[in-house]
Amino acid sequence: MNVQPDNKSMKRDFDIVGKRTARPDGIDKVTGRARFGADMSMPGMLWGLVLRSPHAHAKIKRIDTSAAEKLNGVHAIVTSKDFGPCDDSLLDIRENVMAREKALYDGHAVAAVAAVSKSVARQALKLIKVDYQVLPHVTDVDEAMKPDAPVINDKLFTKGLDKTPKKPSNIAERFEFGHGDVEKGFAEADLVIERTFRTAATHQGYIEPHACVASMGADGRGEMWVCTQGHFMVRNTCAGLLGIDVSNLRVTASEIGGGFGGKTTVFIEPVALALSLKANRPVKMVMSREEVLRATGPTSSSSIDVKIGMKKDGTITAGDATLRYQGGAFPGSAVPYGAMACFAPYDLKNVRAIGWDVITNRPKQAAYRAPGAPMGAYAIESVIDELCRELKLDPIDVRLKNASSDGSKASYGPNFGVIGLKATLEAAKNHPHWKAKLGKNQGRGVACGFWFNFGGETSVSLNVNVDGTVGLSVGTPDIGGSRASIGNMAAEELGIAYDKVRCIIADTASLGYNDVTDGSRVTFASGMAAIQAARDAIVKLCERAAKIWGIPADAVVWEKGHARPASPNAGKHEPLSLADIAAQAGATGGPIAGHCEINAEGAGVSFATHMVDTEVDPETGYVKIVRYTVFQDAGKAVHPSYVEGQFQGGAVQGIGWALNEEYIYGKDGRLQNPGFLDYRIPVCSDLPMIDTVIVEVPNPGHPYGVRGVGETSIVPPLAAISNSVSDAAGVRMTRLPMSPPNVLKALGRI
Amino acid sequence: MFQVHVRTRINGDDTEFSCEADETLLDALRDRVGLTGAKEGCGTGDCGACSVLVDGRLVCACLMLGAEAEGRDIETVEGMATGAKLHPLQQKFLDHAALQCGVCTPGFLVAAKSLLERNDNPTEEEVRYWLAGNLCRCTGYDKIVRAVLDTAADMRKASKPKPAKATAKKASAKRRVSA
Repeated sequence: MNVQPDNKSMKRDFDIVGKRTARPDGIDKVTGRARFGADMSMPGMLWGLVLRSPHAHAKIKRIDTSAAEKLNGVHAIVTSKDFGPCDDSLLDIRENVMAREKALYDGHAVAAVAAVSKSVARQALKLIKVDYQVLPHVTDVDEAMKPDAPVINDKLFTKGLDKTPKKPSNIAERFEFGHGDVEKGFAEADLVIERTFRTAATHQGYIEPHACVASMGADGRGEMWVCTQGHFMVRNTCAGLLGIDVSNLRVTASEIGGGFGGKTTVFIEPVALALSLKANRPVKMVMSREEVLRATGPTSSSSIDVKIGMKKDGTITAGDATLRYQGGAFPGSAVPYGAMACFAPYDLKNVRAIGWDVITNRPKQAAYRAPGAPMGAYAIESVIDELCRELKLDPIDVRLKNASSDGSKASYGPNFGVIGLKATLEAAKNHPHWKAKLGKNQGRGVACGFWFNFGGETSVSLNVNVDGTVGLSVGTPDIGGSRASIGNMAAEELGIAYDKVRCIIADTASLGYNDVTDGSRVTFASGMAAIQAARDAIVKLCERAAKIWGIPADAVVWEKGHARPASPNAGKHEPLSLADIAAQAGATGGPIAGHCEINAEGAGVSFATHMVDTEVDPETGYVKIVRYTVFQDAGKAVHPSYVEGQFQGGAVQGIGWALNEEYIYGKDGRLQNPGFLDYRIPVCSDLPMIDTVIVEVPNPGHPYGVRGVGETSIVPPLAAISNSVSDAAGVRMTRLPMSPPNVLKALGRI
Repeated sequence: MFQVHVRTRINGDDTEFSCEADETLLDALRDRVGLTGAKEGCGTGDCGACSVLVDGRLVCACLMLGAEAEGRDIETVEGMATGAKLHPLQQKFLDHAALQCGVCTPGFLVAAKSLLERNDNPTEEEVRYWLAGNLCRCTGYDKIVRAVLDTAADMRKASKPKPAKATAKKASAKRRVSA
């Protein structure tokens, strides 16, 4: 199903964009030939392993590596001493990849070895003696904010207050967004509801653990093979941490087995490079699943207060929220994004969102798909649902009544451009799902969600080959089919067949800098750069045609893959195809290529509405997802299969977050469930089919109207499912995950 | 560490390798034999990314020792296609866009092949329970389930003139063994 509201300003017919083309990496990925992070080996390669802290918070008094160094087959051992001075912006990363004075969380790296085999490396780890002085710890966000909480970083003084406090604390920063007067707004309301919500930390859960091979030569030049969302980021960060010239480090991005934000930073990569530097041999490192869960970025856990006022007719008069996110042992949780995004779907006169960024003895959080937004949306959309229920109003109609639309002032400051929230709500209202009958113990919930989307630094090269094929080099790792999408756009612009374009991810020495694959930016920004590179190539192709015909370049136009005389005045010449011109490139001036280097602006914000039916088993508390439909604005679906895939994947990650996934810490501050058996992500038998409705409200900031689609799909599910379970159970749910014990507690059964 | 010499058959080829006594079949396949199609997602038998067939039984290669491959017949994702001709499941996974990042795909393909060899007419529920030991974080499984059901329908059409209903064997939900 495809909904296309009228929008005359962006009307455009496409030949290839919108087609479900074959992905260039497809056959390699179904035959086992695709090379992911752990699939690379190099001659003379050693295996690296990391020793990790078993304590949540401890002073590292001494590390004795002497016995390990003596073990035959061990070639290098590194500790924090091997990571010298670096730029201030890298200090937290430096400390996170290798603990310095203190271990800050269970799983924090304290040393690493490189040895001839995994088994020798494992033996060596056992021979390293670390003398710890265990310190009091805190892992809960509300506990960490208390005045008597153990202070994790005595140099941390809360930013964003009127006066900087004199005492250090675990509160890193306060943020505030909004406009109007919320107290005045609450006074105008017929009903005000105030609630507190809590969400557990969840992990991105990519199936491929972090892996890399680093090789540093005696000449000071190095190369790396890394599964990452951004190999340029890996290059710059590793070079900065180890004092290497950026040009002396060449990084190739492997195929990447999922990231969802978790691979937008470094963990083992600088460690592997440091080991290689010391051993003067290539070093391969692959994380275990336990290491991934204990030491890489989960998202924040949160505690959120929400107060919303509504009139009897459904008008929201005021919204006020306080969001507290713990981001692990370092400042920088996604709470500002949560506070900015949570009220964004609504055009409110009086709105305020306050965010508190808090540190705890947990792993440093990393971005997770629309970082920070799902928890905020969960809290706000839950209270709106409860207000609708109390006032006996239709939850879609109320959302339509208050929805942000073109030009609305966003709760976080700017005015929206052309947006598609109402179109998703209309699509939801008109969908058969909304009118379908519910069975016994079943409930239905809806919720909206918002994400900013991003452009960013992007560089693309497009080479026209002698046979009329095109090589397209992009620098944004492809996680979910973006090579096909970008190939679609380049072929469309050039007017040639899709299978004549081969899109690859080029290494860091072959292309200008590219920001990481994040912010739903790749199809938007690399796509925009590919279109502009194609236009650059077309200018050159037209010049060559002009030369062949002996007419001025401005007398040639490019239409449907051919150079043609612009008018009868230019003379009678048979159109020349791209292949015709390419074949004569050598004789007309040499290679033909197009380039584009941009900091892409014009990213279009994205909205979605999700609808879900659940069934709650009153005996066991088990929640079954019965039916799920995603309605999201894609701007333009360049490759509908992968757009649907993003919608479905985000919804299912949200289902996991809502129902089951949870970082569980013991009283000792250690993670109790660092494996896929106990940290259980949704499996095939937990789910129904996930229906999708692609809404297309073109983004005027992109030549083809593209908005990012990757992240918004995880924003509404927590709330939509909670609203559905609350409907089914007859009790308002305020805590995630809604695992069977938590549901039974809410039902008053235990 | 002490190494064991192993003689086995992999994707139809007689193969010999040496591995450490405590080394998993998965590590032996990847690091000794050079077949990196099977992936390690967990190392504890929970994600199915390392699924292989051992004497026709679906196994997590991370839960079996390399030494235990002695005298066995092992099939991996690399053995599914016949030359350049893809197995119908491989083609359907591409047609349905049943992969995003693709790291779980080898495991899903091997597991789905094992299902269709036992039951050429599975219900959606049977497909979902059979594949419940394979984790995918990208797709939400929707397109994977459709690809498997579509393959089954095509294979039935190709192999049998009559509906397969009467002869279809029911799949057992319990199927993973650590050989």
